Amino acid sequence: MQAKRTIFPNKFLPYLLLAPQLLITIVFFLWPAGQALWTSFLREDAFGFKSTFVWFENYIQLFEDPAYLNSVWITAVFALAVTLLSMSVSLLMAVSVNSLIRSGKAYTTLLVWPYAVAPAVAGILWWFMFNPSIGILPYMLAGFGINWNHRVDSTDALILVVLAAAWKQISYNFLFFLAGLQSIPHSLIEAAAIDGAGPFKRFRTIVFPLLSPTTFFLLVVNIVYAMFDTFAIIHATTEGGPSGSTTILVYKVYADGQLGLNLGSSAAQSVVLMAIVVVLTVIQFRWIERRVQY
Amino acid sequence: MATVDLKDVKKTYAGNVVAVKGVSIAVPDGQLCVLVGPSGCGKSTLLRMIAGLETITDGTVSIDGKVVNTIGPAERDIAMVFQNYALYPHMKVYDNMAYGLRNRGMGKDEIDKRVRETAKILELGALLERRPRELSGGQRQRVAMGRAIVRSPKVFLFDEPLSNLDAKLRGQMRVEIKNLQRTLGVTSVYVTHDQLEAMTLADVLVVMNGGLVEQVGNPLDIYEKPASTFVASFIGAPPMNLLPLTDSANGATLSDGTAVPQAPKGAAILGVRPEDADVAVGAAASAGGLSLPATVEGVEPVGAESFLYCAAGGQKIIVRVSGRSPANPGDTLKVVAKAEKLHWFDTAGKRV
Amino acid sequence: MVENRPFLTFLTHLTLILGVLIVAFPVYVAFIASTRGEADFLSGVMPLMPGPHTLENYSIMLESGMTSYGAPPIAPMMFNSLVMALSIAIGKIAISILSAYAIVYFRFPFRMLAFWAIFVTLMLPVEVRIFPTFEVVANLGMLNSYAGLSIPLIASATATFLFRQFFLTVPDELVEAARVDGAGPLKFFRDILLPLSRTNIAALFVILFIYGWNQYLWPLLITTDTQYYTIVMGIKRMAVVADADPKWNLVMAAVILAALPPVLVILFMQRLFIKGLVETEK
Repeated sequence: MQAKRTIFPNKFLPYLLLAPQLLITIVFFLWPAGQALWTSFLREDAFGFKSTFVWFENYIQLFEDPAYLNSVWITAVFALAVTLLSMSVSLLMAVSVNSLIRSGKAYTTLLVWPYAVAPAVAGILWWFMFNPSIGILPYMLAGFGINWNHRVDSTDALILVVLAAAWKQISYNFLFFLAGLQSIPHSLIEAAAIDGAGPFKRFRTIVFPLLSPTTFFLLVVNIVYAMFDTFAIIHATTEGGPSGSTTILVYKVYADGQLGLNLGSSAAQSVVLMAIVVVLTVIQFRWIERRVQY
Repeated sequence: MATVDLKDVKKTYAGNVVAVKGVSIAVPDGQLCVLVGPSGCGKSTLLRMIAGLETITDGTVSIDGKVVNTIGPAERDIAMVFQNYALYPHMKVYDNMAYGLRNRGMGKDEIDKRVRETAKILELGALLERRPRELSGGQRQRVAMGRAIVRSPKVFLFDEPLSNLDAKLRGQMRVEIKNLQRTLGVTSVYVTHDQLEAMTLADVLVVMNGGLVEQVGNPLDIYEKPASTFVASFIGAPPMNLLPLTDSANGATLSDGTAVPQAPKGAAILGVRPEDADVAVGAAASAGGLSLPATVEGVEPVGAESFLYCAAGGQKIIVRVSGRSPANPGDTLKVVAKAEKLHWFDTAGKRV
Repeated sequence: MVENRPFLTFLTHLTLILGVLIVAFPVYVAFIASTRGEADFLSGVMPLMPGPHTLENYSIMLESGMTSYGAPPIAPMMFNSLVMALSIAIGKIAISILSAYAIVYFRFPFRMLAFWAIFVTLMLPVEVRIFPTFEVVANLGMLNSYAGLSIPLIASATATFLFRQFFLTVPDELVEAARVDGAGPLKFFRDILLPLSRTNIAALFVILFIYGWNQYLWPLLITTDTQYYTIVMGIKRMAVVADADPKWNLVMAAVILAALPPVLVILFMQRLFIKGLVETEK
């Protein structure tokens, strides 16, 4: 690991500097994570008096549970939809802003602020707009003969949370796409123009391929976002319903744990999620390492 | 005022990488010692060990007769000028110069007096309230010098201080550093990879290679009597022509068979500096001198002088003549040199 | 761009204006709702023009809130959010900059271990390990307290990483010059490194303030005392009520108030925000 050529010779001081960070990490991160891991191998009896070590039984049961598998499926659909929707809108915006010389800054300002809106608040905003009785959007949809009700219709509910989650992520993707676009040397674009490529062809053959590191990075970040950071959106609006149709994995951990019926199973769910985060983070980290070499 | 003495100093990094293999140098009081050598020769490591920025694996470093191996850089009473100047970017020029004095607990008035005096010497007076990023490269260099001078330390250490400047400025600053060091009379150690800088600045010149000292001495002595082929080719530009000799039945010969009867016993390489060689048409060699038939392959006129690239004795030889070149590419002539201007080296590259 | 095509420029502006409108629309609707009276939400579609009840709605929410439904007034909730956001932002920056300093500028046994211990925290979002963490906090008696709201969230690998990356770009010669100038590790940190990190600290502060302000699940779990409710979680309690008794005008006033501080922070510190965002993630 990198460090400085010249270092301070103190023996005791570095530990003192690290102490607060390490203490909090151990007490509030490593210890609870270890607990979850341990509990995931245990099963409590019906009265919660004693627990037995059951090896991987909680995990096996988890993957045989149709409700859990359904949640895995919903998570996949949800994450994919949020990622694709948000990234494509953001890319369109970023490319547009990047092609303007003067007014780009003003548009940027108008596009970055949703980042600051709390996920829970974003959820409520869309929940209100789609309110079946007084919401503005169901009223408009009714004009097209569509009857909107996210309280009973599973698809409507999923669309609602996807829209809210994607909306909130637009600013983030937009800023990264814009940074990526601005780092493409202008001379390349000019060379392509001299070679006779029009704006759309240039985007397809030059800009988009050069943007691929950013695109890949955002893909991972958006999947992580959709899988974990959207908890508040769902909790503040559909609460996983109707009939589990918006219960993504991270929500299920919470819902099952809240009921407190099966601590072992809930812990096993946590561990599975941690494993997913670890894999995604490693992928992302690899990418960082590669980019550093440029 | 102080002396700097290195006794068999060694530096081994983690993983058994040996950077300095045992170096002994004595810098007399008030003198400017230049460490010169190619990159990776250990000269910077040596300087940093004197500064206290690197630990010393073996041997001793003494300043003013006192061994300082275990003393931190701040207590060694040294000042250092860095290659990239290392000015504190968020501090004004004044504070950059005052910082070290403040850390030593000096009174405000005394600091102010010293900073202003130093600024006057270096003509920095008008820049004291500026920040480093508002200064030109040359001005930054001056501030870095000022930061060293203001402390009036026992020893100045310079780590390639001019290599970030353009050629013209480098020449000016070189003269200035020399004058300042003379006036202040502070013992100095100066690291550079530029042989011109080394030649012009040094009272004591140390040529280093591969973690070892190749030669120590007065710059002109080293130029006139290089101790090895390494020194011969490192000091002087363009470098000395080095022609390998082979031992045959009729004595030493060049690779094309030309006999070199004047070669002393044990000589395996003949060296001639371009400026000591000349070209002549049909002239005989002076007594004991060199005279090789040659063909001119190329001519580089640079105004005051010209470089002739010749093929002679199966080798390439560069000859430097003043003014215009007397020959053109394709001409055949003789490369000549006086006997006392010939250098001889043995198979190990040592001077014979 | 390379060539001048008026139609394309027109199309670009059209796309952007449309995009900006879509992005802003939900907030516009919320704002309109917060200016109208209760009667507007009883039936039919809600109006799209501002109404006359703005001041009334906001002052009700700020001062008394929807107390009859268990939601305290908004002003104290906003204060709690502010305390939480500031503690998290300042706490994270403080402990991260110190640990990054230790990792970059010192060599000591277990350095790699410490680095990895901090790095794994990056991998574990709060939501994933929420219940075991809750238990720890409960055992420590930190439920219903500002400490409980902020301390468990202030360990951060991200901030440590940012500072580490930045420290690695600080030239080695600067430390060396400082050592020759007689500065020890703490003096160097205070006099040189901290001032040099100013922009990074400010940028990180913007990001972390928003992160802290927007926390939802954590305050929801560990506060049962209305005295410690934060505004973002408080809204959920109001929204549940609004489904039965549509006081949308009041709920949306709360929504606007909840979103306003972080949005203002971004708008006023846009340059720092973008720097912080793009650099923490790299």
